Amino acid sequence: MNERRRISIPIRVEPGSDLPQLERTAVLEAVQANRQLKGALLPVLHAVQDHLGWVPPRTVPLIAFELNLSRAEVHGVLSFYHFFRQTKPGRQVIYLCRAEACQAVGAAALEAHAKRQLGIDFHGTSSDGRYTLEPVYCLGNCACGPSLLIDKELHACVTPARFDELLALAVVSAEKS
Amino acid sequence: MTTTVYVPRDATALALGAEAVARAIMAEAGRRASPVRIVRNGSRGAFWLEPMVEVQTAQGRVAFGPVRVGDVASLFAAGFLEGKPHRLCLGPVTQIPYLKNQQRLTCGRLGVIDPLSLDDFRAHGGYAGLQAAVSMTPAAIVQVVTDSGLRGRGGAAFPTGIKWRTVLDTPGEQKYIVCNADEGDSGTFSDRLLMEGDPFCLIEGMSIAALAVGATRGFIYLRCEYPHAHAALASAIATAYAQGFLGADVAGSGRVFDLELRLGAGAYICGEETSMLESLEGRRGQVRFKPPLPAIKGLFGCPTVVNNVITLASVPIVLQRGAAYYRDFGMGRSRGSLPVQLAGNVLRGGLVEVAFGVSLRELLYDYGGGTRSGRPVRAVQVGGPLGAYWPQSRFDTLLDYEVFAQAGGMLGHGGIVVFDDTVDMAAQARYAMEFCALESCGKCTPCRIGSTRGVEVIDRLCAGDHPEQQQAILRDLCNTLTHGSLCALGGLTPFPVLSALDHFPGDFTKPMAAAAAGR
Repeated sequence: MNERRRISIPIRVEPGSDLPQLERTAVLEAVQANRQLKGALLPVLHAVQDHLGWVPPRTVPLIAFELNLSRAEVHGVLSFYHFFRQTKPGRQVIYLCRAEACQAVGAAALEAHAKRQLGIDFHGTSSDGRYTLEPVYCLGNCACGPSLLIDKELHACVTPARFDELLALAVVSAEKS
Repeated sequence: MTTTVYVPRDATALALGAEAVARAIMAEAGRRASPVRIVRNGSRGAFWLEPMVEVQTAQGRVAFGPVRVGDVASLFAAGFLEGKPHRLCLGPVTQIPYLKNQQRLTCGRLGVIDPLSLDDFRAHGGYAGLQAAVSMTPAAIVQVVTDSGLRGRGGAAFPTGIKWRTVLDTPGEQKYIVCNADEGDSGTFSDRLLMEGDPFCLIEGMSIAALAVGATRGFIYLRCEYPHAHAALASAIATAYAQGFLGADVAGSGRVFDLELRLGAGAYICGEETSMLESLEGRRGQVRFKPPLPAIKGLFGCPTVVNNVITLASVPIVLQRGAAYYRDFGMGRSRGSLPVQLAGNVLRGGLVEVAFGVSLRELLYDYGGGTRSGRPVRAVQVGGPLGAYWPQSRFDTLLDYEVFAQAGGMLGHGGIVVFDDTVDMAAQARYAMEFCALESCGKCTPCRIGSTRGVEVIDRLCAGDHPEQQQAILRDLCNTLTHGSLCALGGLTPFPVLSALDHFPGDFTKPMAAAAAGR
């Protein structure tokens, strides 16, 4: 009697084993720090984004596995919230306020100027990888608009000329760091 | 003798250069060998004077502002450390008319204290409300809050005591206090100011709420656009734990209250209470059906108090001074005070906490001083992106929830955005629809799809494409949004759209007028 041919079943790849080390570490650390929280998904995504600057879509399976969620659930949350990025940002993300209080003091003109200066539209990243421009709906600086936020620093009364100054300063600070 | 100098660390003050001013003062003091201690206070909310530097003198605190780095040397030369005159001197800070005439009930400590110092907070009446609450029964605390007439300051104006009563009366192993700090409305910043300038006040308010309803856990759901408020709250929570005001034995009451700070992620809809609860549970911020009310089945299915920052921060003074003290301010069914926020194109923008009953005109002109551009005020939007646009003819409306509703507007969170006569109201109406499309959670079809159709209809209307038909469609669409949406986003987006159309119809026919003029 011939020995029955054994069919080899491929071993299931461990989730996240295909990730670059940096991203794998970012996810595992984020999960480790927040796993005990109830409803931990948002804190985990925040931690990953703090670490990497974005949440690469390829990390979704590992996040889902670690939190015992489905990939669909993680993707659903990741894509729902405007703040979470699924694309790599430039070295500096400029958040420009588009809301009514800033509109009343020239936000539309500033928006047009910023897009022209950087050569990008909202959500875009300049070709040199330096800047990403994001709209934001209120930074809570409504009495002194137009407002923008660069690297967690808030700026008030931003005219197009002031925008150019800030851009120059941002270049300097980016080169220093 | 070391002189104490106050330089605000509030986000707006920082955005106007307060950090550099503080550093320049330290450097100049070192150069002149005059000993100076800098305290980083919150902002008093007179933003047009920021960065406003205060000096502690024998006659009290004297203010100087707005101070730029270039002014620092001349301030020292003029002897500002002794409160001597200078071109930027504003006199004793409590005598500045903008601040003097306010009724600061909730925001009384703003700009006065070092926000991160628990000792400073307690020296200015902090935790007196909690101390009072510790010796009371839960039902008695709820009764005081009910009697004070305090209503939800987030916008819905629901009586706080009744909400607390529901949670208290609902049996449950676990109850929660959730603070809605997702202040997404444009033109509002009172939550941010309070969290940055007096974070312990919010913690105290939440602790009182916990004692009142028997909750042992609390969450602050903070929007991620507020990094400065995040830092202030995180520091204050850690201090409160270390000093026994949070944790296993709150202020010696023997009761547990754990407080956790959570960040939102840029979704306006998460300011709606049920979608905020979804978000806290780690899901997409989609609106839930009501009933069940969050007070009965809220966070993780447990009875939950959901209140806005200002509501919770108003509770300590109610407990400290008594219900009657708070209730004696205000008019009609709107009791107490409202921290109004003057924003947009306004000369003297900032926080104006006044008792209900003042007119919009007083706020806009007596406090606000008209527009920053110097042009006439054409329209104001009260109550955030979902509030109505009002023309001059409505400016005599009194600050009161019911009066505003009767006049076809809403008071909301108390934000007032001012526009001068260069504003295009058709563009504002279009933006309201665009914003709704962008921020809709997608649960209700009228909001998800109607908002996009709304943008298109307004575009066709403004292009002069069968304008009467387009107007009819737009009104019909708004009617569907109002009645076919679960929450305020879809339900109230028609407010700014239709008020713009009703009060400023000419703006919607400009291209036609321009075409007729041969341009």
